[in-house]
Amino acid sequence: METRRLRIGLVAWTVFIVAFLWVPLLVICTYAFNKSNIQDWPPAGLSTKWFGTAWDNPDVRDAFVLSVKAGVGATAFAVVFGTLLAFGLQRFHFFGRDVISFLFILPIALPGIVTGMALNRFYDVAGVGLSVWTIVIGHATFCMVIVFNNVVARLRRTSPSLIEASQDLGADGWQTFRFVTWPTIATSLVAGGLLAFALSFDEVIVTYFTAGSNNTLPLIIFGYIREGLRLPVVNVIVLAVLLLTVVPVVVSVRLARDTGVLRQR
Amino acid sequence: MAVDASSAGPALRGARRNLSAFFWRRPWLKVTALLGPPLAWLVLIYLAALVALLISGFWTSDFFTGKIVHDWTLENFKQIFSLSDTTYLRIAWTTIWMAAAVTVTDAILAFPIAYYMARIARPRTRALLFVLVLLPLWSSYIVRVYAWRVILQENGILNWALHGVGLPDANLAFTNTSMWIVFSYVWLPFMILPVFAALERIPDNYLEASADLGARGFRTFRSVILPLALPGLVAGSIFTFSLTLGDYLTPVLIGGANAQFIGNVVFNNVGVANNVPFAAAYAVLPVLVIALYLAIARKLGAFEAL
Amino acid sequence: MKRVKRRYVGFAVAVAALLAAFAVPALSVGASQGGTLKMIAWDGYLDAKWVTPFEKQSGCKIQGKVAGSSSEMVSLMRQGGGSQYDMVSASGDASLRLIYGGYVQPVDVSKIPEWKQFHGPFKSPPNNTVDGKHYGVSLQFGPNTLLYRTDKIKNIGNSWSAIYNPKYRGKLTVPDNAIQIADAALYLMKTKPSLGIKDPYELNKSQFDATVSLLKQQKKLVKKYWTGSGDNAQLIKSGDAWLGPTWPLTTGSLLAAKVPVKEFIPKEGATGWLDTWMLSAKSKNTDCAYKWYRYISGPKVQALQGVTWGETPVNSKACPYMNKLSKGSCKIYHAAEPLAYYRSLYFWKTPVPDCGNGKKDCMDFSKWENAWTEIKAS
Repeated sequence: METRRLRIGLVAWTVFIVAFLWVPLLVICTYAFNKSNIQDWPPAGLSTKWFGTAWDNPDVRDAFVLSVKAGVGATAFAVVFGTLLAFGLQRFHFFGRDVISFLFILPIALPGIVTGMALNRFYDVAGVGLSVWTIVIGHATFCMVIVFNNVVARLRRTSPSLIEASQDLGADGWQTFRFVTWPTIATSLVAGGLLAFALSFDEVIVTYFTAGSNNTLPLIIFGYIREGLRLPVVNVIVLAVLLLTVVPVVVSVRLARDTGVLRQR
Repeated sequence: MAVDASSAGPALRGARRNLSAFFWRRPWLKVTALLGPPLAWLVLIYLAALVALLISGFWTSDFFTGKIVHDWTLENFKQIFSLSDTTYLRIAWTTIWMAAAVTVTDAILAFPIAYYMARIARPRTRALLFVLVLLPLWSSYIVRVYAWRVILQENGILNWALHGVGLPDANLAFTNTSMWIVFSYVWLPFMILPVFAALERIPDNYLEASADLGARGFRTFRSVILPLALPGLVAGSIFTFSLTLGDYLTPVLIGGANAQFIGNVVFNNVGVANNVPFAAAYAVLPVLVIALYLAIARKLGAFEAL
Repeated sequence: MKRVKRRYVGFAVAVAALLAAFAVPALSVGASQGGTLKMIAWDGYLDAKWVTPFEKQSGCKIQGKVAGSSSEMVSLMRQGGGSQYDMVSASGDASLRLIYGGYVQPVDVSKIPEWKQFHGPFKSPPNNTVDGKHYGVSLQFGPNTLLYRTDKIKNIGNSWSAIYNPKYRGKLTVPDNAIQIADAALYLMKTKPSLGIKDPYELNKSQFDATVSLLKQQKKLVKKYWTGSGDNAQLIKSGDAWLGPTWPLTTGSLLAAKVPVKEFIPKEGATGWLDTWMLSAKSKNTDCAYKWYRYISGPKVQALQGVTWGETPVNSKACPYMNKLSKGSCKIYHAAEPLAYYRSLYFWKTPVPDCGNGKKDCMDFSKWENAWTEIKAS
């Protein structure tokens, strides 16, 4: 379809974009091995000493744990509510459907700082202390859309006649869900959940307003960058996070590509 | 594996059947049960908070203690929309301009790679590219921004590379150009993915039909591919535009003295100046801009492409 | 349907692993005795050099959060209804705001014997003592100095005029803090007496406008407004900026990194800050808080902090310890006879409408914050 020249151009462009996306990350990873803590280029020497420093730091370890906790909590809520939403909106047409779709885009579409401020005021007025749960609520609110998108995309690809067929064969609601619906959407749920977790893990702006004195990993990183005295530790943390997230993202991609147990073409 | 009808006792099965039939006969009840919890969450937590925040724009804060004074006034809005001191309007304009520039840049950068991924690459390559585009989203946003600061600074890798080729310093550190580069960099995956999804959905036979009708490459692109990809582009632009509009961290870490954007002004008023009412009042502006953008995007079908 | 079952198993294992990540740390947390003090502090105030020994000897853990300005400190203390942090190292322009806002509680100085060793004026200074009640314990004080790279600037002169000089266009870095307006006002106080400025924190409209106008001129020279010591140090280290107002902490860290810099107080004088460790009104960790007060107010630790950071201890017995750590440091920081030095600095305080001379038309701090946004956006 496309000319050979166009193909070569596109390949070159793709390579350029991938390089553009990755070079800064690789630069920071190289800095993780920088012997000195002055961030100039080329690095003065290579060393792994900062890995030990990062691990020994209890604040960093605590922040990592809190990030994981918040991520798991937010993902759990997001998966449940996002799926309910997907089924509610996708399978039924009713008045106000578009309005509801629109409303749910808001947490992602509006600037994070607005969401953050709003939740902060809300907690203040409600007299709720800031804790891991306030972080979870904040994250879940915009993570819902991620799961919703994934599940809806999958539902669009599966025909509703499968449900009808199942019911024609005598299955009740629960059996239909368990044997027909669930296998179809399971992998999209996991894919959406993994992406939601990623979004929650990395979030800074809303978290800043909902974490109070608690620190998630991104908040710690932000604090350290401002302090400017522990930058090598920041580089190490980034490298670790990158390595730790390769697997879930690859898994998420493979699951999302999958069309579920029941193939539909 | 046969549907295991005997896995539950007869009483439970009977109850389940009755429940299923109940819901089947009343679809609106099913919808309510499905949508109820998420809607309740959104309305009672998020929308309520949002409304409360926007209302506080009509109040002021005591400059000394930072406490909110619940006297209704238009003072904040007068200051923001003042025509004698256009500071806040200018800041908003600069931000919108930057958001637009970043959106256009990302659209241009993303399209070719999305096209390649969607229509030319083999499945293995496509999966690999997908991961390569998605993974940077996973690394912490502020570190990606900080990486650019390290690259662009006076003794950083960019100048080192330029010196190596005999060119002078780029002097990009802490300029609005560097902000534009960084914003485009950070949001690029958000643009690539929806465009990729939209392009992937174009059936092959559309393009074949277009060729059969005599259209050459560019004509097909203009009349068939681009319109079908548009929802994806607009969907991606929702991210790039609104994320740039509200961002505060990038101006602080990368921006120079000229980097006064809506995001950091709002943040300074809330996180620093203890003037939540003013911040809320100012936040109304990006909210309105984005609401308008979303309305237009919806007309262009972007919501289907998200 | 084996594929489905395998996926379920895999999924379940993954979930279980994540939940384990939850459970293990939760179990181990209960093991620590003593409390955790959540503290808001300036850069470098919670240096491991004195925090680690404290944690060991007291059993209390310290969790610090760095804030870049007094306004930010007030904002953080207000979060969550004032329940988020236990202590804050507030400067004079934050301390009264915290007191009048009800965010801090009185401290019983009779429980802190080291307090008696303080120089007189620092025992009950007006910025932390109201109606005879001590809302905290004085910590240290110091100046905002002028820093420059000696390899890039050969002769900077002896005046603050250097930071308003177009010669250094694009090479200046200035603190991103509305209180900087006072520095400009101080400069005008000495160089333009016709304006009639008597106190850089008490400015009526015409004096304020003149100061803001000067700062708008300065903005054209600024490469970046620094947000914290690390930010400041990075800018100077990388050569993106050559000069600007700074904290002695930054100078020290640059010198330690072998960057050729020097700092001094120009002839017009300097603004400064007197810091107080304050205790949150809602804090439950008073045991650990008082342990911290005793520790940080003692002469040895005062000397250590003073020398490390580059500021002056309030404890009169710190001098010999300072000289042990760094020869001659006691004299450099005026730790033995701080009073004349103290009086020469214009300490941060919150601008209020009351001009102190019977008039009430001075600009309050909210106008300063607004003007600062205006200056940066000009």
